[in-house]
Amino acid sequence: MSSPTSPMAPPRSFIWSRRIFLTLLTGFVLVPVYVMLSSSLKPLSDVTGKFRWLPSGLTIRPYIDIWSTVPLAKYFMNSLIVSVAATLCSVVIAVFAAYAVSRYEFRGKRVFTVTVLSTQMFPGILFLLPLFLLYVNIGNATGIALFGSRGGLILTYLTFSLPFSIWMLIGYFDSVPRDLDEAALVDGCGPLGALLRVVVPAAIPGIVAVAVYAFMTAWGEVLFASVMTNDATRTLAVGLQGYSTLNDVYWNQIMAASLVVSVPVVAGFLLLQRYLVAGLTAGAVK
Amino acid sequence: MTSTVTPEAAVRKNPSDPAAPGPRRRRGERIRRIGLPYLLLLPALFLELLVHLVPMVIGIVMSFKELTQFYIRDWGTAPWSGFDNYKVSVDFSAPVGKALLHSFFVTVGFTLLSVAFCWLLGTVTAIYLQDNFRGRGFLRALFLIPYALPVYAAVITWVFMFQHDNGLVNHVLHDQLHITSKPSFWLIGDNSFYALLIVHVWKGWPFAFLIVMAGLQNIPKELYEAASIDGAGLLQQIRRITLPSLRPVNQVLVLVLFLWTFNDFNTPYVLFGRAAPEAADLISVHIYQASFVTWNFGTGSAMSVLLLLFLLVVTGVYLVFTSRGRKAADV
Repeated sequence: MSSPTSPMAPPRSFIWSRRIFLTLLTGFVLVPVYVMLSSSLKPLSDVTGKFRWLPSGLTIRPYIDIWSTVPLAKYFMNSLIVSVAATLCSVVIAVFAAYAVSRYEFRGKRVFTVTVLSTQMFPGILFLLPLFLLYVNIGNATGIALFGSRGGLILTYLTFSLPFSIWMLIGYFDSVPRDLDEAALVDGCGPLGALLRVVVPAAIPGIVAVAVYAFMTAWGEVLFASVMTNDATRTLAVGLQGYSTLNDVYWNQIMAASLVVSVPVVAGFLLLQRYLVAGLTAGAVK
Repeated sequence: MTSTVTPEAAVRKNPSDPAAPGPRRRRGERIRRIGLPYLLLLPALFLELLVHLVPMVIGIVMSFKELTQFYIRDWGTAPWSGFDNYKVSVDFSAPVGKALLHSFFVTVGFTLLSVAFCWLLGTVTAIYLQDNFRGRGFLRALFLIPYALPVYAAVITWVFMFQHDNGLVNHVLHDQLHITSKPSFWLIGDNSFYALLIVHVWKGWPFAFLIVMAGLQNIPKELYEAASIDGAGLLQQIRRITLPSLRPVNQVLVLVLFLWTFNDFNTPYVLFGRAAPEAADLISVHIYQASFVTWNFGTGSAMSVLLLLFLLVVTGVYLVFTSRGRKAADV
């Protein structure tokens, strides 16, 4: 990563074009981030009047009020429970499936991979209503509450990241030398032992990448969250709409809440993005 | 990083070789080995069936029914209507079909522009960040922020910026730069198309950047060294080495970007709410509107199936025309 790709120093014109381009791009990327941050520290009169680049006075009031204007803590917990559960399940299931595809020959392998991958192209809207009806029917028939519950949302979200996760992990597992787990098999490990003791540890970057992706998918989903949740299970995606009332839109609180909601996932992503790049290199790109 | 994977992968000469036989291989073990892959796949298969394939089949069945709000509690009893829903959807002289066709063209135009901009920004940035200079790691992390932000938090910030009276965009364009004679509306009317495009590119380009950056790491440095010894300039190196080497990466990237953009619901929904302005009426929101707002689930399902057929055809044609597609299909 650290060594330059080109052995000779790039010409000055290249360096200048790069500086200009990167400056403009940084502006484009950062302006909304600045608006989010600065507006979250503004008094309400600042955000209801003309836009100002600098606040007339700094206040942390919005950060206090966001918790009482809407039950943000509850939505936060719901999002956290749903996203973490969906991520864990998705990763475990994807690891098993990818291991099977990477290490074994079996009938229907191609059908499986093609089917799983092609679910990626389904428009979410295609199965929103059918899934809703299916969950209601399952609930009526078995008493398992899927519709409106966190469980239903977890189940839905974990399948969203599954195809991509399986695809990436197949590539990643393929890059782990077979000799390693074959040696483990010879040493008396079962196939699962070889998977857990050899392949999984060697593929940790890929697995972390997949987990990050799964978490972000669940944390950011809007469509299913708005149809499949009720007052008790509402997630942040829907909850943030609560700051607009008939009379007022509390833009400073919306920005503060957006920031609070974003910080965990952005921080996690930036910490782990190395793994994501590594995972993409081995998995998606090869 | 893990740019060493290629030689390791090459060691594995025969991918169809089953796991190496252990010293004490017995019959029971053999059966277990044959059953094992299926067992490992079972959870994934079950969930994909439950959440994707079964609902898809239900969706197809629904598209042949006269499914209005009266039947939604017990949708099985809704009367069959044959191809009526499809006829309504593709009758382009009547309002429903006309609106669908309009939405389709808006979506195609929007998708092509968005994918092009995302790809271009991502590729140029990745190439600029290819060699080491001060601040490179910082910029790389910074550029990934839009991608990492939850879509509703990011898009709602843009909604604030696009406000007519108190938004940043009008303040800059009208009050500060005097480009527009009066403050414009961005979230209704014709401008909404550009507003949506800007937000979508802002949110989506880092993904292209991430993938291209990963792809660049797989290009052997010796190629560049050899080229520069032969006297190839930087632009020539980019044209002759970088871009051709990225071809397989780009083929996957463009397909993924296309499908995501075409199916995107989250961005327009948060930007405009349940009813998008006509100029930015993307197909996902259009179908949502047709199903959940006008309560005509049968027609909505027919539109979804038509959309899926279109995507299948496009993807199929695309895969046939790209070599990577053939490889991906054989996984």
